[in-house]
Amino acid sequence: MIGLATAFVAQVLRISVPYALAATGGAFSERGGVINIGLEGIILAGAFGTAAGTLATGSPWLGVLFGVGAGILIAALHAAITVGAKADQILSGLALNLLVLGGTRGLLRLLYDSSSNSPRFEGFAPLAYVARFTGDAAVPGGAAATGPGAPFEGLLLLVGHPLFLLGAGGIILAQVLLFGTGFGLSLRAAGDGPRALDGAGISVSRVRAAGVLLSGVFGGAAGAWLALEQHMFTDGMSGGRGYIALAAMIVGKWRPLAGATACLLFGAAEALQMRVPSGVIPTQFLQMLPYVVTILALAGWIGRSTAPARLGEPYDREEGR
Amino acid sequence: MTSLWHGPRGRWAKCFRKGRGGPAGDRAALRVPDRGLDASDQGRGLNAGLRATARNALILSAGPVVLSVGLGLLLAAVAVRALGTSPSEFYSRLFTGTLGSVYGFSQVLFKATPLLFTGLAVATAFRARLFNIGAEGQMVVGGFAMAWVGFAGPVLPIPLGLLLALAAGAFAGAAWGAIPGLIRARTGGSEVIVTIMLNFIAVALVNWLLVTRFALPETVRTAEVHASAWLPRFSDHVGALRGSPLNGALGLGILLAVVLHVVLGRTVFGFSLRVLGEGATQARYAGLPVGRLIVQAMLLSGALAGLAGSSFILGYKRYYEGDFSSGAGFTGIAVALLARNRPLFLIPSAIFFGVLSYGGLVVNSIVPRELLEVLQAVILLLFIVFDRLLQRLPLRPRWGQAPSGDPAVPATGETP
Repeated sequence: MIGLATAFVAQVLRISVPYALAATGGAFSERGGVINIGLEGIILAGAFGTAAGTLATGSPWLGVLFGVGAGILIAALHAAITVGAKADQILSGLALNLLVLGGTRGLLRLLYDSSSNSPRFEGFAPLAYVARFTGDAAVPGGAAATGPGAPFEGLLLLVGHPLFLLGAGGIILAQVLLFGTGFGLSLRAAGDGPRALDGAGISVSRVRAAGVLLSGVFGGAAGAWLALEQHMFTDGMSGGRGYIALAAMIVGKWRPLAGATACLLFGAAEALQMRVPSGVIPTQFLQMLPYVVTILALAGWIGRSTAPARLGEPYDREEGR
Repeated sequence: MTSLWHGPRGRWAKCFRKGRGGPAGDRAALRVPDRGLDASDQGRGLNAGLRATARNALILSAGPVVLSVGLGLLLAAVAVRALGTSPSEFYSRLFTGTLGSVYGFSQVLFKATPLLFTGLAVATAFRARLFNIGAEGQMVVGGFAMAWVGFAGPVLPIPLGLLLALAAGAFAGAAWGAIPGLIRARTGGSEVIVTIMLNFIAVALVNWLLVTRFALPETVRTAEVHASAWLPRFSDHVGALRGSPLNGALGLGILLAVVLHVVLGRTVFGFSLRVLGEGATQARYAGLPVGRLIVQAMLLSGALAGLAGSSFILGYKRYYEGDFSSGAGFTGIAVALLARNRPLFLIPSAIFFGVLSYGGLVVNSIVPRELLEVLQAVILLLFIVFDRLLQRLPLRPRWGQAPSGDPAVPATGETP
């Protein structure tokens, strides 16, 4: 029974990690006033970078680095287009999503001669201390665990997952960065009242670009998680997660920790899809849940979500707004 | 922002926004080009000024289109060369395969048909500066509705069955489009996010209907619609089109483009939408019912997107199938942008994207067809960047930049 419950919790956490990472990335971008529909593409690029990097170097650590780098690359394009050229943020994001979808598909064919997936690769081995509790090598899907920690194997595996620890730490750090540091204050000012920031002698463009690049870091990490979970890259594997992350970010009112909490809710709904017989609650209705909740939140029926005041507006010094 | 939706027509908006008189500003604008002429040349100068203004307007509206398509095709050539294929072979294959034969061109038109509908949907909303990213979901809902009426509804005499199915598609799409409209009008919630969310909800909802009730066993498709609801396939009537999926939906799309050209450009409703696009505050000052207009714009936009499936569902396959939309709702955004939201320009714009879409299959043997997917995205990115950059050129008469030292024009700058 305990085993079943902990397995469910572990599954929810596993599903929620990429959402929470990407939602945090979205919060960085949007707190600075830049809408980031391109999260979907950033995640996909991150996943591809991770797979290609791991396959090329044999090291998942370097793979994650590649993935985050690919995320930053797409984010940098978004920043150049929206902050540099001050072009439309929504269209830039949409176009970048199309670009990455087509681009990764093309690269998949060029590099791995496949239209569906990359070759398989091994991810991280769980950190050594996990084995002490579960009593075996604790390889997912491997021999049954026998140690005292056996019922908690799923959770222990997560706690022993380097990227999980980094991601969870990163989200907490993001909360602190946004709400407890001078940079966070500048970033929020760039989204709420860029003119004041400009008046304080801080470059609005630079702060906004930094926010967008941070969304690339977190979005790329979300993609890295996906690729490592599946041990390969598959075509279009972001599967709308960027949009769910945006939804969680809105429900969490543009705050990393609250967004991550919303992601846990969405993750739980997704985990239930695999466990609840569809006669009880149809799978499709559980699939809809995040989107419906987001619309309700936007419409103000459950805890009004208000976007940063200048979200979506390029800052133009001459117009001064 | 304004310019993106409306081409170079932002001038009255600026009058409203800055609370300054239009005509005085207009005079100032027209005076700029003829500075330095004496009074006797005034008439000629004014004429030249008007011509210059018209030329600049053309540069501002057509410039980004030409530059983004041109540079995009150039970049594609570079990529093709990098892949080890000759760009000239690539382009000759691309264009002979898509435009060089009747069959190829009919395939292009078939690909262009749903894009024309979704492009019209997006453009209609854009007029009011509403961002309908939900054409995809409206297309799915509308497509399912027309298929359902087509196979489960009554068998009617020839034109009535078709009209009923089309009406069902338009109605369902309009209902789906009205949701973000209502939320935007009532609560101010962003229609961008709501339409994105509704896309996913639409797919899940229709999948549920398919899985639980309507799909044929072991498939993700419905039964075939009655023959009375069919749109004619051109291949049944023209021998050269044998095997081509092109059908009567194309005619419907062109008809709708013409109708919208009139509705958006020549009616009070169309003008109201444009005023609304300049800003809700201005529209309210003009006495327009802003909330109702938002909902109406989204209803119309949703209805157009709801009809986008007619080509596939009533003309080509004649049943609803999961994933039939293949992203037409999103490509429609690019189609509308490159047409600068003008209904008639949407026809060539949709055909261009039809070329890129079908062209992928044509060139697939020499380069990966994904190259053309990437090209579409690159053109879109280049377009929005050039659109913004050209605005910065000193082409557009700008209020507040009247010749200095001219006492006839009040000094400008921030109003105290």
